[in-house]
Amino acid sequence: MASSTIISLFGQSPIKPLQNHMHTVFECTEQLNDFFVAVCAEDWPAAEAVYNKIAELESAADDQKQDIRLHLPKSLFMPINRSDLIHLLSKQDKICNKAKDIAGVILGREQTVPKKIAADLKAYIKSAVAVVLEARVVIDELDELIGSGFGGREIDRINKCIIKLDKAENKNDKRQIALRSKLHAIEADLPPVDVMFLYKTIEAIGHLADRAQSAGEQIQIIIAR
Amino acid sequence: MDILNEYGQILLILAIIFGVFMAWGVGANDVANAMGTSVGSGAITLRQAVLIAMVFEFAGAYLAGGEVTATIRKGIIDPLALQGTPEYLVFGMLAALLAAGTWLLIASMVGWPVSTTHSIVGAIVGFAAVAISVDAVNWGKVSTIVASWVVSPLLAGTISYLLFKSVQRLILDTATPFENAKRYIPIYMFMVGFMITMVTLIKGLKHVFKDASFKLSYPEMFVIAAVVGVLVAILGAYLMSRVKLNDSANDDDRFANVEKVFAILMVFTACAMAFAHGSNDVANAVGPMAAAIATIKSGAITAKSTMPSWILLAGGIGIVVGLATFGYKVMATIGKKITELTPSRGFAAELGASCTVVLASGIGLPISTTHTLVGAVLGVGLARGIAALNLRMVGNIFTSWVITLPAGAILSIIFFYVFKAIFS
Repeated sequence: MASSTIISLFGQSPIKPLQNHMHTVFECTEQLNDFFVAVCAEDWPAAEAVYNKIAELESAADDQKQDIRLHLPKSLFMPINRSDLIHLLSKQDKICNKAKDIAGVILGREQTVPKKIAADLKAYIKSAVAVVLEARVVIDELDELIGSGFGGREIDRINKCIIKLDKAENKNDKRQIALRSKLHAIEADLPPVDVMFLYKTIEAIGHLADRAQSAGEQIQIIIAR
Repeated sequence: MDILNEYGQILLILAIIFGVFMAWGVGANDVANAMGTSVGSGAITLRQAVLIAMVFEFAGAYLAGGEVTATIRKGIIDPLALQGTPEYLVFGMLAALLAAGTWLLIASMVGWPVSTTHSIVGAIVGFAAVAISVDAVNWGKVSTIVASWVVSPLLAGTISYLLFKSVQRLILDTATPFENAKRYIPIYMFMVGFMITMVTLIKGLKHVFKDASFKLSYPEMFVIAAVVGVLVAILGAYLMSRVKLNDSANDDDRFANVEKVFAILMVFTACAMAFAHGSNDVANAVGPMAAAIATIKSGAITAKSTMPSWILLAGGIGIVVGLATFGYKVMATIGKKITELTPSRGFAAELGASCTVVLASGIGLPISTTHTLVGAVLGVGLARGIAALNLRMVGNIFTSWVITLPAGAILSIIFFYVFKAIFS
């Protein structure tokens, strides 16, 4: 009765589930490190095992995403704009979709990596995953942002995290350029389809980092309102 | 007159039974709303909440509940309109108690959000306007009451908004929130102690010390209230000094320690909330009961009749029993479900709501504690303090206004005619 007045006044906070989703996304993309180690070693059964794990985590993230959306009725009054929140969620989700795509296509044609760029490619994927980690750090500040009641100091903290995120993405861009020129130097000796394909993969990994950066920066839009 | 002589004993017993039943209902349901936020925020345990509620509900009812009781028992109906037929007032008040109690029971089974205050006011206005005459209702007073139902959530929301904003400014958004919390929270504690003492002195001592011709001037009251406030603040500061900064709480959880300090403040605001609730809502049960009993005893309607304090006492006991038998379960449910309200928010909501309710009690306006608290929580939400609030609830409150008033009125009209048929 009247007791339901107070109980039903409180909605379920979407913040923690949103952070959990980002953790799943990070865990998923992190697998790319192992995946590329297996690919460079041309150990296809191992690569497939990692791919399966990536697919599993990607689908877990999808479930989490659905669940959060279901618990965001229009009548919910939040300190964060509802559409900004849904936007952030879909940006987070796109990160691990990309991770799955990258792994899936490579595994599909058992794409080998030339020895001369293997080390650079592994370093490149590592730095892309690092960008996702920085994005996760930003998302992890969300509950503190609400805890502080959107205080100026908390916003400063988040802005510092975002600067770190941008730096990580910048570093990743530079690695991408270096890796492309290395590939360019040896491309004449490789089968043309493989070369095209490797360029595509490099580009896709760049997109992965871009998406992570854009998810982290969505917080700035949330703060700005 | 004859009817009252003939059936006086039975009517008296009925009045006490219905009145205590209603008080039991208030204790079983309403108190849980008022206190559930404290339990939900983890500031106090269920057992502590029940103990605090017992002491402060009772104190509030006894010390500051007289004004609202007076409104309910003689403010809504114009006693002069019933001069010739005092038995109608008795039937009507019994009908109102039974109607409100029945309606609360029905609504609680269906799960509608209703307010005891709205039920009882609707019931009294209903029987008076329809069964007696439209002129029997003091419409000026009723419109003030209805206006206060709109104003009280707004006022509570505004106070809570400002309180939470001050917490943000002084404590949360600083370099050393833990230290600042310890420094500034005693001020809020002072406010709690000052407010409760002031209301008690102005409203309560009037009837406690009425025989001893004990009288205080306003400056004297002010000083006493300030002294009590300082004592409360010192007690709070002592309790807070025992809170140790948890070093293991890492950077990721910066506000956990601050919330621990706020949890102590919330014990104090929980007391204030229980006091405020007791001062306002006990009248819902006691008011009609007192009106009926006074009329039966004197055999006539006397506008200036004084109310025996044992009636307020009975109401207070009814509330406590309701809380002990049923209310703690409701409180446990609320406590489990409200986890989003941390102590730094809960205190702002409770203090805003209790200030408003105590103010209304002082003026003698029966308002809904639950709705006031909802307004206060929304105020904290507007200050960007709560992660998710369900706005559908606001619509539910409007629905409860639209449904509860006629429902209480219709039921009380029916019961009124039933009593009239039985006893005349």
